[in-house]
Amino acid sequence: MFLLYFKTWRIPVLKICCVHFGYCVFKCVYFSVRHDIACHVTVCSFKMAAEDLPSQFDVVILGTGLTESVIAAACSRVGQSVLHLDRRNYYAGNWASFTFNGLLSWIEEYKNQQKVQITESEQVWRSLIDEGEDVVPLSSVDSSISNLEVFCYASEEEEKEEETKAPLTSCQPVNAETVSEETTGDSTEAQDTVTGDDTTASDAKTQNEEHEVSEPEEEQHTSDISEPSQSQEEKDSQPISSPADPPVEVEKKITYQKLVKEGRRFNIDLVSKLMYSRGALVDLLIKSNVSRYAEFKNIGRILTCRNGKVEQVPCSRADVFASKQLTVVEKRMLMKFLTFCLDFEQHPEEYQDYTEKPFREFLKNKKLTENLQDFVLHSIAMVTQQTLTEEGLKATQHFLRCLGRYGNTPFLFPLNGLGEIPQCFCRMCAVFGGIYCLRHSVQCLVVDKASNKVKAVIDTRGQKISCSHFVVEDSYIRDEQRQSTAYRQISRAVLITDRSVLPSESDQQISLVTIPPLESSAPAVRMVELCSSSMTCMPGTYLVHLTCSSSGTAQEDLAPVVSELFHVSTIPGEEPSEGAEERSKPAVLWVMYFNMRDTSALDSSSYSLPSNVHVCTGPDGSLGSDCSIKLAESVFHHILPDEEFCPPAPNPEDIIYDGDGPQAEGPGFDESVNTEAEEEGAAHEKNPSTEPAEMDSVADTTPSSEE
Amino acid sequence: MHGRVKIKSTAQQEEEKRKEKEKKLKAFVSARDAVLKKRSAGEHDEEALQLTRQLLSSNPDFATLWNYRREVLLHLETLREKDEVQKLYESELHFIEACLKVNPKSYGCWHHRTWVNTRLPQPDWTRELGLCDRCLSLDERNFHCWDYRRVVVKASGVSVEQELQFTDRLIGSNFSNYSSWHYRSTLLPQLHPQPFHSHRVCEEQLLKEYELSHNAFFTDPNDQSAWFYYRWLLGRGVCVCVCLELLCICEDTSAHPMLCVCVCVYVCVCVCVCNLDDLHVCVCICGRSELSVEKSSVLQAELQSCNQLLELEPQNKWCLLTIILLMRALDPLGHEKETLAHFQTLKEVDPMRSTYYSDLCSKFLIENTILKMEYAEVRVFSLSNKNLTTLCHLDQLLFVTHINLSSNQLLRLPPHFAMLQCLEVLEADDNAIENLEGLYHLPKLEEVSLRNNQICKLSDLESLASCTKLTRLDLRGNPVHRTAHIESELSQLLPRVTALSL
Repeated sequence: MFLLYFKTWRIPVLKICCVHFGYCVFKCVYFSVRHDIACHVTVCSFKMAAEDLPSQFDVVILGTGLTESVIAAACSRVGQSVLHLDRRNYYAGNWASFTFNGLLSWIEEYKNQQKVQITESEQVWRSLIDEGEDVVPLSSVDSSISNLEVFCYASEEEEKEEETKAPLTSCQPVNAETVSEETTGDSTEAQDTVTGDDTTASDAKTQNEEHEVSEPEEEQHTSDISEPSQSQEEKDSQPISSPADPPVEVEKKITYQKLVKEGRRFNIDLVSKLMYSRGALVDLLIKSNVSRYAEFKNIGRILTCRNGKVEQVPCSRADVFASKQLTVVEKRMLMKFLTFCLDFEQHPEEYQDYTEKPFREFLKNKKLTENLQDFVLHSIAMVTQQTLTEEGLKATQHFLRCLGRYGNTPFLFPLNGLGEIPQCFCRMCAVFGGIYCLRHSVQCLVVDKASNKVKAVIDTRGQKISCSHFVVEDSYIRDEQRQSTAYRQISRAVLITDRSVLPSESDQQISLVTIPPLESSAPAVRMVELCSSSMTCMPGTYLVHLTCSSSGTAQEDLAPVVSELFHVSTIPGEEPSEGAEERSKPAVLWVMYFNMRDTSALDSSSYSLPSNVHVCTGPDGSLGSDCSIKLAESVFHHILPDEEFCPPAPNPEDIIYDGDGPQAEGPGFDESVNTEAEEEGAAHEKNPSTEPAEMDSVADTTPSSEE
Repeated sequence: MHGRVKIKSTAQQEEEKRKEKEKKLKAFVSARDAVLKKRSAGEHDEEALQLTRQLLSSNPDFATLWNYRREVLLHLETLREKDEVQKLYESELHFIEACLKVNPKSYGCWHHRTWVNTRLPQPDWTRELGLCDRCLSLDERNFHCWDYRRVVVKASGVSVEQELQFTDRLIGSNFSNYSSWHYRSTLLPQLHPQPFHSHRVCEEQLLKEYELSHNAFFTDPNDQSAWFYYRWLLGRGVCVCVCLELLCICEDTSAHPMLCVCVCVYVCVCVCVCNLDDLHVCVCICGRSELSVEKSSVLQAELQSCNQLLELEPQNKWCLLTIILLMRALDPLGHEKETLAHFQTLKEVDPMRSTYYSDLCSKFLIENTILKMEYAEVRVFSLSNKNLTTLCHLDQLLFVTHINLSSNQLLRLPPHFAMLQCLEVLEADDNAIENLEGLYHLPKLEEVSLRNNQICKLSDLESLASCTKLTRLDLRGNPVHRTAHIESELSQLLPRVTALSL
């Protein structure tokens, strides 16, 4: 897919370098041990900063989460010069997706950060401040994650079978691998590496070829690593890469070593969200043509957990028809209610008396059975007991309007994880000239005292860069600049399990599971179970995300749900007992709990900052991303009130290239995507952008059919 | 500005598109002319295949080109070895597949594909089935593909069970699919053959099918496809059993041979014996076979579930109509009142078809009256005040001498009214009758009362002249009395009428 992009997206050569720079960095991060590449990134960004970084931009954006990335893309698209920075060595901030090993480094980083208190020196940039200028320092510590706990239940034993196969030099290929990637990443011909790396994601063969390029330069390698302790652990836990891995069998027990070795197959999201197929994000992806940078998979089914049993929620017409748990009368009642919700505004008489009352009561009044009330409240509207009727009706309507656009459920999931989406927007920004630097932050803002506006920023290298607008993610703001610190928390759990909570004919389905509160005081929990074909976990495993709004720590909130739905062995590594009852549940191999700060309720009045500083809140706790997209749009209109927000990218054929000769005619991008989809026979993996293209090609044939 | 992409203006784009179109058209026309020239010259070579291929891949609906291709292929077939022929036709199948992508509903393509498979030495039916499945997954209502699929299934001998599962799958993904339901109705009798009744389905399977259709129409009662299937299913249980045997002996058959034709209320056996010598008319309804106990209990249960649905959806016309039909099958007389009430609702919720419902209701009411005749006087037949809009089943009233049609909404006495050869007295007051063409050659008709109808012209009464025994005629309250000299004209037209009321 990415390979195709480079072939067909025709833009001036200079720009391609720029894209490759930005792009090569995040792609390498993807398919390698993350912190190794981080050094490479620093080197690059250092070079950029020292030699190339212009001293003036229209907009400087700090943080590469979804909102910031969309703003970056939107500004760059309409011709603004954009500098986009992130203090981390990876894209997307709290929206990021990690390989398993990448996640382990992220965890390590978190733990180190808890220990070390960074003292900030103000001396470096004092000299850059002129008279009549004021300084607003930014925070260098990200405190948005807390209460992180990790438990491993997979066996930590070495796999005996592989032990015997493995040669004595088991340690070397690991180093060779990382080094070889690092060196290729450094070389100027980055394009080959990118495409090569890209295919390795699903192609183990290429990976093995890379292992053979063994240039063990262990000393240099270790010196580059920022967290040596982590690397040690990884070296120990990443023992072998046998030349031909047998395909993973279901029967085979999955050990911790296996998880680490197959770590690249994981793309673990920090934020668990799905895309409503008529939500703001999907609309934006289509409108701006950014959808061409990503691929999507349908959520196959919506499940719920009632009385300890997982069952399917009938939400579409076909589901209701096929449902065996509903009586025919229930079927009628449910369909009738849902049809009403679809255009409830037309029948105000039906709900007028309930506008001040909870949705739940309205459902009761509609004579829905308890069964159906639960389905509607928790799984379709996905609201709480207290939600008012009108809001509940709106949520139901949104759900129903999204049904059937791309499949039998209202949701899409981006292949390779949610972290892809901010990167896609970053990429669009880069295509239109935006400049990217990771591991590069801003120390402070320079404010013009007279106008109380930011006129420049001073980056972590001490360079003063002037700008007319500054966009920043909330976690970079110091507490001194906050008017209110009343933010909420999201509780998250990430599980790797050995099978689905509800096995069915197809084991490659993404499921959304809504779990009503176990006790009335507890929050409702949302669970997303990802299969390996979503490119987020290794074959034979499922990646499970649990999310709820916090009432305590993530572990307190979510551990009861985990033990309700999964088999959690008491002793880590212990084999799950073969008892019939226990084995009916999937076993947890590995679990991580953490809390993430939810700042979505804050607005500009919550900060005391100059008027041309725009703060983007982090991810919110809801299932969709509408909140972030709406914020991005409103910030964009603040910055550029007269410009269109993310207008569609022009048709490649309509772009005029100055100074370039006629471009070689390659196959159009959309065509290639179509044929690719057909080859895979993947009817359910639709790329939203291909639809109009198909229409075009049909229209083209009309002159001949008129004959 | 730096970083801005320069885009061609719309005028530029349109100009380019226009040029492109022109170029394409030119190429197409010249290729077409070349092909037609080759065909008239009788050239059947590879080049012809190549040229038609180019044209068809941009426009697969060009039937002449497909014909030409067949000619060429038949010719090439004679020249080549068997292996090569196989290859030739296989590549043809590939080519058709590409054309189907351009237009999946092209008659020419599908027809050609069927033809190619008949010529293919070793057809690969599995592949063809796969193609159909893929096509139907993209558009489950593509009837071209359904047609083709039937051919493939027949040729490849796919088992009926598998096919039933196939319809299960399609109905599962979207049950608004007539093709699937219909296919099911052809498969089920094959799967559960019943001795003596080739179109019946065994009870166990029937119950399953009832459940399936319940699921469909409770989920979406406005979807017709499941209702139609359901009616078919109900028919499997009923129609053959309900049988009205009618024995009639008619008079004067030499003059009216049509009288020998008897049609029954339901699909049933009919016995008609004509006794030419006996002038006495008699009729006996020999007997009417009842529903078997099991059948009627099944239907009773179905009626209950439909009533349940009606409670939830009092406005649903499909439900109402099905209930009416069920009631008629079970006990037409006992449910008469309810049936009438349901017809009233139907007319209100579906005003577009109110006349249809009125006619249907009339039909049922006449049937009921005929049924009642089994127990009562058969010579006098009264259908007054029943809101009838149409007359039917007159064939069963051949023996009636006195008929009362007063206070209905009849517009005409249709030609088949002339079947009532024994009729002596006709009362049809208070209707809206404009047309009397059915009052024709009724040899025994003596008295006709048509008060308060819509007879406007003298010419409308002309057919009465053929009724030789007519002596009393009541035309009060008709617009015709306004005609000038009406009395003298009438006495001229109907000289035998002695008691005329105007």
